[in-house]
Amino acid sequence: MKPTFKLKINGKAFAVQAHPLERLLDVLREQCGLSGTKEGCGEGECGACSVLLNGELVNSCLVPIAQAAGAAVLTVEGLASKSLSALQKSFLEHGGAQCGICTPGMLIAASALLKTSRRPNEKKVREALAGNLCRCTGYQNIVESVVGAHKESR
Amino acid sequence: MKKRTPKAIGRVVPRKEGRAKVTGEAKYIDDINRDDLWHGATIRSSVARGSIRKITFDPKIPWKEFCVVTAKDIPGKNVVALIEGDQPLLAETRIEHPEEPVLLIAHPNKEMVTRARATIQIEYAAAAAVLDFEKSDTVFKSYSVNKGDVDSVFRRKDVTIVEETYFTGAQEQLYIEMNGVIAQASSQTGVTVWGSMQCPYYVHKALKALFQLPDDRVRVIQTETGGGFGGKEEYPSMIAGHAALLAWKCGHPVKLIYDRAEDMAATTKRHPSRTRHRTAVDKNGKLLAVEIDFLLDGGAYVTLSPVVLSRGTIHAAGPYLCDNVRVQSRVVKTNTPPHGAFRGFGAPQSLFAVEKHMDRIARVVGVAPEEIRRRNFLKTGGMTATSQVIQQKLDLSGLLDKALKKSNWKTKREKFLKHNKTSKIKKGLGLATFLHGAGFTGSGERVLASKVAVEGTEKGTIRVLTANTEIGQGTNTIFAQVVSDALKIPYEWVEVAQPDTARVPNSGPTVASRTCMIVGKLVERAALELEGKLIDSGLLEKNGEPSQFRKALVQYRKKYGELKGFAEYIQPSHVNWDDQLYRGDAYGAFAWAAYIAEVSVDTVTYCCTVDRFTAVQEVGRVVHPLLAEGQIIGGVTQGIGYALYERVVWKDGRMANNSLTNYIIPTSVDTPTIDVIFLEEPYEPGPGGAKGIGELPLDGPAPAILNAIENALGVEVNHIPLLPEDLLRVCEAGR
Ligand code: FES
Ligand code: FES
Repeated sequence: MKPTFKLKINGKAFAVQAHPLERLLDVLREQCGLSGTKEGCGEGECGACSVLLNGELVNSCLVPIAQAAGAAVLTVEGLASKSLSALQKSFLEHGGAQCGICTPGMLIAASALLKTSRRPNEKKVREALAGNLCRCTGYQNIVESVVGAHKESR
Repeated sequence: MKKRTPKAIGRVVPRKEGRAKVTGEAKYIDDINRDDLWHGATIRSSVARGSIRKITFDPKIPWKEFCVVTAKDIPGKNVVALIEGDQPLLAETRIEHPEEPVLLIAHPNKEMVTRARATIQIEYAAAAAVLDFEKSDTVFKSYSVNKGDVDSVFRRKDVTIVEETYFTGAQEQLYIEMNGVIAQASSQTGVTVWGSMQCPYYVHKALKALFQLPDDRVRVIQTETGGGFGGKEEYPSMIAGHAALLAWKCGHPVKLIYDRAEDMAATTKRHPSRTRHRTAVDKNGKLLAVEIDFLLDGGAYVTLSPVVLSRGTIHAAGPYLCDNVRVQSRVVKTNTPPHGAFRGFGAPQSLFAVEKHMDRIARVVGVAPEEIRRRNFLKTGGMTATSQVIQQKLDLSGLLDKALKKSNWKTKREKFLKHNKTSKIKKGLGLATFLHGAGFTGSGERVLASKVAVEGTEKGTIRVLTANTEIGQGTNTIFAQVVSDALKIPYEWVEVAQPDTARVPNSGPTVASRTCMIVGKLVERAALELEGKLIDSGLLEKNGEPSQFRKALVQYRKKYGELKGFAEYIQPSHVNWDDQLYRGDAYGAFAWAAYIAEVSVDTVTYCCTVDRFTAVQEVGRVVHPLLAEGQIIGGVTQGIGYALYERVVWKDGRMANNSLTNYIIPTSVDTPTIDVIFLEEPYEPGPGGAKGIGELPLDGPAPAILNAIENALGVEVNHIPLLPEDLLRVCEAGR
């Protein structure tokens, strides 16, 4: 029998049965129906699988579910409430998403930054997103999306 | 007064599928799950060349629960149908490259698949492999372009001859979503495949041959695709075939998704190249004769190599006027996985060489790099290497001036000269001017004869039906813009159907910078045809308001049912191409550009950084400024990677660094601010005046960056990728 792990994902309680070493990424995608979190490498290099674990930015492909027991997890599906978040709107306005596969991870990494720094400058944003690979955009419009996000929140 | 709908073309309208992408709702292939799915895996060869002697299945694995497919299970032809049909879908006995698919397994449980996969042993009788493409004598395809009389110029005594050889390496497309498909198949129902791909009808054609099925028994549906860049042009035919064979045999739908390591090791990359230039110039640097020998490494099978070679050949002489040109090109076989389509498609290789060579000529003659180009630029009425007369208005000097000004070229070059005398960080500026033809080459579009349709919905809105895929570049959005303007209805009233071969006509592949210019124009014509039918029915007056259009459409649907407009490609009368002589109008239109890179080179670590980048281009009318800018910035960034970061390490024909830890692409901190400027010269045969744009930005960055490094260090570097260790070697050799 696989053990049960309880965790809160996007504010909702989940109890999942899984091998303790199963990746949080797979639990989210396959058991919780949250396929917004993507796999780009499976080895901690691309950031497509980024989620917040108790508010901290992690690569969910490197987190065994046992480590997430009892934790609060935020995925891309938790960013919008009734309407899109300011950050999401800003991505739409500035062309931050092209093929969209890196977008969930970018949004999560950016929201981690915006929690500590409400109006980050370009340099700060570039540094904060350095662990998230994008092959489409050349980053510039993503950076502008994050820099411009505070304007959307008005 | 007639109410006006604001024009959609030229305006930043919201990306059609943008919302789904920022909420995580967009469904990529691996996001689709069904309870009855089996999971597939591909067992591949570990040697570069040889024959299979024996395959051993570990008795500890419950093989009865598995589905195992070999070449013998193929109902039709064991080929990936594309151009030559020389590539088997599964090796029978002969192995031609590492990672060649040999057998397929599937099981309902993913972990079981992973476990079983590692236990299968294949023994080979190895044979000598050809791994150095310069030494290969198996030629897949060759071309020769001739203009004027090169030899008599080279015999002259009063000319200066400039010669050099240039090299480019392989490059991985590295879309962030790996290749993947789901297949469902049976002899009763036929074959259906969902997947990440650029060209549903390529997959359709391949599956028909593989299963010997008629058109209507094969269905291919593109799911949201996380990047392609050419890497999902031909390869999806292979993976779709594999999944379909498993599904056919086991009777369950099969999901086959590569992990990053497999995707990098087994799928296509950009062709490595070697280009030799021999040029005769007069004392002012005017090009008198140009001789180019262009060689590509094709890998083990022909696949798309002839077409890649063709584009590289046609672009090899750059945007310059010369009366005497000879380009000879070949693509040869080696025992590595086949190289394939990658944004730019042969042009980044040959343009790298010519743009490096122009700087070399400038040095030999003793004029500035911008000046050597100015003295040789093509102009309206001038003839390209393939003797295509440039009909459109063309002002490359103006384009170059814009780039020089924006980058502050003159002032900075002088400033850097002083700065470099005293600093360990050397700075430099380099440029490249180039062109990129939009659409298929020569007679290609005529042969493709693409078809599109648009249909009116019951709600009075319009749905666009094409096989062209949204892979991040904005297909959905620009097609909707084109229809919106053609019918003068709001952009929001237009949607674009998911490409599904059972529902959309074959509008050709999503490649070659053709989607906007070629297919976009067809979409415009189809929309107008639909409007014509509405007017003919008497339900709509000419020049009616949007609301009247909508009302008329709803009425039409109620009265007569379906309403569709169609269009099929017609070659513009100005395009004439001779396939035998390789002469004539290679492309309906070219995009033109001048790119400038500003770099710093640390002479302690030999690290090169691009500090700023200027990209000025003329791409016809810009349909969507934000998407267009995104295409340029993204392409330039891939070009920066091509030049400075991305090295495929080959070991016995196999990619040894097949992981994101060891194959480095630019990150947000490696990427400079990229200034993008568009000059617009509307091209009448394109929708709203647009030309192609997608591939152009990959052509210029590598030569511009290397020219900048030379400017910074004063040493010549003629190969990419240029990693710190390579630059160190060059500098030490020069000492
Ligand atoms: S999938 Fe987790 S970092 Fe790439
Ligand atoms: S938008 Fe495609 S990888 Fe970032």
